[in-house]
Amino acid sequence: MISIHLASVFVTDQERAKDFYTRVLGFELRNDLDLGPGGRWLTVGNPGQVSDAGIPAVELLLEPAGHPAVAPFREALVADGIPATSFAVEDVEAEHARLTALGVTFVQPPTVMGPATTAVLDDSCGNLVQLAQMNA
Amino acid sequence: MPDIYDALAAPARRAILDALAERAEQTLFELVNRLSSDPATALTRQAVSQHLQVLEDAGLVERRRQGRYVLHTLTPEPLRDISRRWLPDSQEQS
Repeated sequence: MISIHLASVFVTDQERAKDFYTRVLGFELRNDLDLGPGGRWLTVGNPGQVSDAGIPAVELLLEPAGHPAVAPFREALVADGIPATSFAVEDVEAEHARLTALGVTFVQPPTVMGPATTAVLDDSCGNLVQLAQMNA
Repeated sequence: MPDIYDALAAPARRAILDALAERAEQTLFELVNRLSSDPATALTRQAVSQHLQVLEDAGLVERRRQGRYVLHTLTPEPLRDISRRWLPDSQEQS
């Protein structure tokens, strides 16, 4: 069986990303390994999640954005408001209030979009990120 | 330059104006998702982008860059010209 173990977003500043994705968004640091001039192997995961029955816990790689293709790709996505990734939340209104109080910028407040209520925030590391609450 | 009647002639563009009336300063992504919430108004991103250009040229939509984002806002003022044309008292009533 093949399992999803790693997803990634490009970040302009790994130190800033480490702080934003852990302290602000609330993920747990999984790996922070020095890879030399190429940057760090920096991953975060869901709080408390462990590998289960051979299925690895999911990690998000906060990857250096140094490749020359990354900047124009991301600028085009961000200009159109397109998120680099999407995270699940139980209560998007509550997260919007909590994160706004922490100074996070939202480009889209919580809005019912078909089966989900979504919001889109700026991760301050070059990406837009969607929060999605599935409505029963 | 397309006039306001051409801009309003397409049902898709009227649906876009409806979606923009729900909130000012929407990104293209937000607008596309609002339209996709109803299968009757769902459009591709490319189609929405092209319709927005027509609406912007007709003065019904303002496109503004704020930092790294491009935001779209309904600017319905030109619609007053339509009502004034056939309803001369409408200005006083508004």
